[in-house]
Amino acid sequence: MSLSNADVKKIASLARLAMNDAEIASARSQLSGIFELIAEMQAVDTKGVVPMSHAQDVSQRLREDKITESSQRELFQTIAPQVESGLYLVPQVIE
Amino acid sequence: MLNSSLTQMGAALHAKRISSIELTQLYLNRITELNPALNAYITTNAEFSLAQARRADQLLANGKAQSLTGIPIAQKDIFCAKSWRTTCGSKMLENFIAPYDAHVIEQFNNAGAVNLGKTNMDEFAMGSSNETSFFGPVKNPWDNHAVPGGSSGGSACAVAARLCAAATGTDTGGSIRQPAALCGISGIKPTYGTVSRYGMIAFASSLDQAGPMARNAEDLALMLNVMTGFDERDSTSLQRDKEDYARDLNKPLAGLRIGLPKEFFAEGLAQDVAGCVNLAITEYQKLGASIVDITLPNSRLAVPVYYVLAPAEASSNLSRYDGVRYGYRAPEYSDLTEMYERSRAQGFGAEVKRRIMIGTYVLSHGYYDAYYLQAQKIRRLIAQDFTEAFQNCDVIMGPTSPSTAFNLGEKGDDPVQMYLSDIYTIAVNLAGLPGMSIPCGFGSNGLPIGLQIIGNYFDEARMLNAAHQYQLVTDNHQRAPNNIGL
Repeated sequence: MSLSNADVKKIASLARLAMNDAEIASARSQLSGIFELIAEMQAVDTKGVVPMSHAQDVSQRLREDKITESSQRELFQTIAPQVESGLYLVPQVIE
Repeated sequence: MLNSSLTQMGAALHAKRISSIELTQLYLNRITELNPALNAYITTNAEFSLAQARRADQLLANGKAQSLTGIPIAQKDIFCAKSWRTTCGSKMLENFIAPYDAHVIEQFNNAGAVNLGKTNMDEFAMGSSNETSFFGPVKNPWDNHAVPGGSSGGSACAVAARLCAAATGTDTGGSIRQPAALCGISGIKPTYGTVSRYGMIAFASSLDQAGPMARNAEDLALMLNVMTGFDERDSTSLQRDKEDYARDLNKPLAGLRIGLPKEFFAEGLAQDVAGCVNLAITEYQKLGASIVDITLPNSRLAVPVYYVLAPAEASSNLSRYDGVRYGYRAPEYSDLTEMYERSRAQGFGAEVKRRIMIGTYVLSHGYYDAYYLQAQKIRRLIAQDFTEAFQNCDVIMGPTSPSTAFNLGEKGDDPVQMYLSDIYTIAVNLAGLPGMSIPCGFGSNGLPIGLQIIGNYFDEARMLNAAHQYQLVTDNHQRAPNNIGL
């Protein structure tokens, strides 16, 4: 399978990765090689096989609905890129 | 002391022949001396380590010591450790100070062990050579031109170069076993779900599993005893009784049935590796084991299946790095989307971006069934191969890696060549089985070779027994690299 530059551009945009044209071209050739490897799967007959989403066949545990965490906002905000008055700052999104 | 087992070190600490402070300082001095060349550690903090050593010495003095109390352990830099810088080998987390402890770290702290530092690794554990680390590649202590393997290459190097007593690693597709093989040490990835993933930075959650790396199987058992255990904060942590992984170490091997998958000895396996692995099998026969020929017909599909599933999970897990609450943020942007796109483009390295893109593509509209669902179906076929094989054998053995350590830069920018170096380890993660690697000899270039032992679910004690009995009659695990100042 070969990808076009437009395909790679779309993937990069979905993945929120800024890429210039040179990076897109180089990613295209490497991704195409990887998809060639992956294509080996397509020939396998998997009719009737139940997909295996997890290594262990266990059901999801539920916990009691009670508060277990304490507020550590100040600690958590010490590692934030930009905060003000206890809020995380990002560029304005609503005019 | 540097060549002592953890049990011997523990005994020396108990007998006050050495204090934890002295032992910790001994390793810190070695790290200062050797780490500039080897690059096994990303972060050390003598103040933190020595404070833990001081507390350990108090526990020892009060008779409250456990088996690992006072012993300096290196932690892969994928485990959050409170107040420690935790980078996961990435620029994205270059300045991330973990606000909490991973369950694994808590377990070691509760055992009174000393955190000696955070070891280098491939960025977000994506790599097989340690070359994708933002902090530069780790060198193989047996040959500084060679890679240590990956992704737990820093831990493997630190154990081999005696820069720690033992270390932790994580294994998503072979990241404990392959570096253990390439650095001549022992490592085990236990059954999926036995070690909590809480606080272990996520790569591919249905495959990620932590485990110990050490100089011998006996040490691995002691480390596993500390690392395992139910943790309700990991939704896939298994509710099982605590077990003693050292309980069967001394059982004789008579009657052990070893399955040899013909697919693991086919084309692509280097001759010197095949030779050493076969010699180890002969040794096992001398110990009373019998050989059973088995087949894992779908194992050839493990690499392609893995490179759909692991990137798919990674693309989802790594979407959290958006430059808002923690992690790298680009210095310049005009709006929110551009902030995301530039922060991620500048914060992630090439391999991580590649895998995020593969994952994004295989999960995108119109491709899900052809890639993701098909891969999950083949994953079941791969797991079923093992279930059938274990009807006729107790453990499976083969090579860990198709060759000895390759040179830094040798696989260049061909990701597929790099991916194929995990050809024998990946199927084990897909099935969720335990797998380990122990040293079984040296290649024609003098570099270590690993024997892989794969067990049935929850059969770690038997695997460690098999490894320990082999290590009692051989000395491959006792060999140390030159030039590490021993």
